[in-house]
Amino acid sequence: MDTKKYVIKQISIFSENRPGRLASVAHALGEENIDILAFSIAEANGFGVIRALVDHPEKAYEKLSSLDFNVAFTDVIAVQMKDHPGGLFEIAKVLGDANINIEYSYAYSGKKGAVLILRVDLVDNAIEKILSSGATLLEHSVFH
Amino acid sequence: MQFWDPRIEELPKADLRKMQYKLLKSLICRLYSFSSFYHNRMKEQKVHPDDIRELSDVQKLPFMFKQDLRDNYPNKIFTATQEELVRYHVSSGTTGKPTVVGYTQKDIDTWSNSLARGLTAIGLGRGDVIQVSYGYGLFTGGLGMHYGAERIGATVLPTSVGNTERQIELMQDLEVTAIACTPSYLLHIGEVAEKMGVDIKKDTRLKAGILGAEPWTEGMRTRMENWLGIKAFDIYGTSELSGPMFTECGEQNGFHIWSDIALVEVIDTKTGEQLEPGEKGELTLTMLQKEALPMIRYRIGDISSIEEDICPCGRTHPRVTRIQGRVDDMLIIRGINVFPSQVEYTLMSIPQVGQHFQIVVERVGALDDMLVRVELTKESFSDKITDLMQIRKNVEHRLRNALNVAVDVEIVEPGSLPRFEGKSKKVIDKRSL
Repeated sequence: MDTKKYVIKQISIFSENRPGRLASVAHALGEENIDILAFSIAEANGFGVIRALVDHPEKAYEKLSSLDFNVAFTDVIAVQMKDHPGGLFEIAKVLGDANINIEYSYAYSGKKGAVLILRVDLVDNAIEKILSSGATLLEHSVFH
Repeated sequence: MQFWDPRIEELPKADLRKMQYKLLKSLICRLYSFSSFYHNRMKEQKVHPDDIRELSDVQKLPFMFKQDLRDNYPNKIFTATQEELVRYHVSSGTTGKPTVVGYTQKDIDTWSNSLARGLTAIGLGRGDVIQVSYGYGLFTGGLGMHYGAERIGATVLPTSVGNTERQIELMQDLEVTAIACTPSYLLHIGEVAEKMGVDIKKDTRLKAGILGAEPWTEGMRTRMENWLGIKAFDIYGTSELSGPMFTECGEQNGFHIWSDIALVEVIDTKTGEQLEPGEKGELTLTMLQKEALPMIRYRIGDISSIEEDICPCGRTHPRVTRIQGRVDDMLIIRGINVFPSQVEYTLMSIPQVGQHFQIVVERVGALDDMLVRVELTKESFSDKITDLMQIRKNVEHRLRNALNVAVDVEIVEPGSLPRFEGKSKKVIDKRSL
């Protein structure tokens, strides 16, 4: 199976935990006319990681790197959620049963309902299991 | 007024100088004949033992620096054999290698006697219970004070550092009358005692603090004395001299530097010229009696001045006024000497962080907190928080091992730390003593 089309390039940005850092990132992306489709911030003591799905990841990477931000690409997958109780359980169970670990996850409200972004340890494996369970994965062309 | 050794302590200055000259002369003759290190140093300086004809000829002798100990790690310049040594102490080095100091039995005796004179001068003796809350082990503070306190017949309570509540309980239960520790640790003890509902002034028999190993001020002295109901005395020393060695007397007006043990000079850091009494400069000591590791004109790096007038306590030996600073960028964190170069050296061996760093020192409550900011390299940035936490933990661990003091590490964005041309200002010291 061609799993590649379901692998989405997320950009991750290291950020110190101090006022104005998110504004700097957002300003830089805005300047380049880059649209942010989904994003989250994970914080630890004193620093954080900003994670975002954008329409032009390469351009975002270059722009932020040129501003001395520490940026990396990370492969994630996006599940189109069914908007009913137990929806999250179905997906989590599929992965859990296959012994695939979710490293982190965040959700956003997509055009056709909620979308769950997942970073897992076994990406290809996860894609196959999710698809064969009948759930829908968004292709990367939806984002970029 | 009590004296440990009144014969020496009250000896007229002229006689002290004669004694110093004799000790210096025989030391120099011995080193010139038996130590290749000192022999070569004197040759380089074109000075021969015959050139030492009076005490002021000490100025002809070459200086020694901590670097000499580092260059000769671990014991190449010792002038006693290992069989003659009864102890080692070790302090952390500025760039990886520590410095090792060694002692013969006579060196330990001289050290203990120096402290015995000082402890007696501040009114301690048989019947006193002295709590030694300096660290025991490789650091000279704990064992040095321990032997000095035993020498005067006091009862020693060797609590070392840490477990403050227990220290306070023992202070009460064993009727401790004096404590030896860093001034910041005594402040911490005071604060913890208050939280425990213990009033040091009323609920303990504590009457004296022998405080050193880090800089403090007259303001702190007044505050501690009023708050804790004690007399607070300054003590001076460093491992190269033996350890904590010279204390103030009851006058609380400078450390007496025992002339038969050490010859003290204050010099101009730039020119190396000797300065007059009262003039501020770099303290330079020659240890006149040490067997294992004699230090000749050792430039410790502390800034102070000498008082030569006879102290109202009756002791004729010169006094050195409270240390007023450093000639270099050495920091003292919880009594431990830390050089920014040590931090730099340690970080260089950790690939996940860059070469730029910033040290921020603050006093939180009574204790020093040291924060080191490091930049995460692009290559080691991971999207996973746990990886980043691991990097930080590793840097903290490595720095702690290298510096012997706990350090907080903050990981910052690459390029965010200030870059300096020339002498960098990598230290922000926010402590106001």
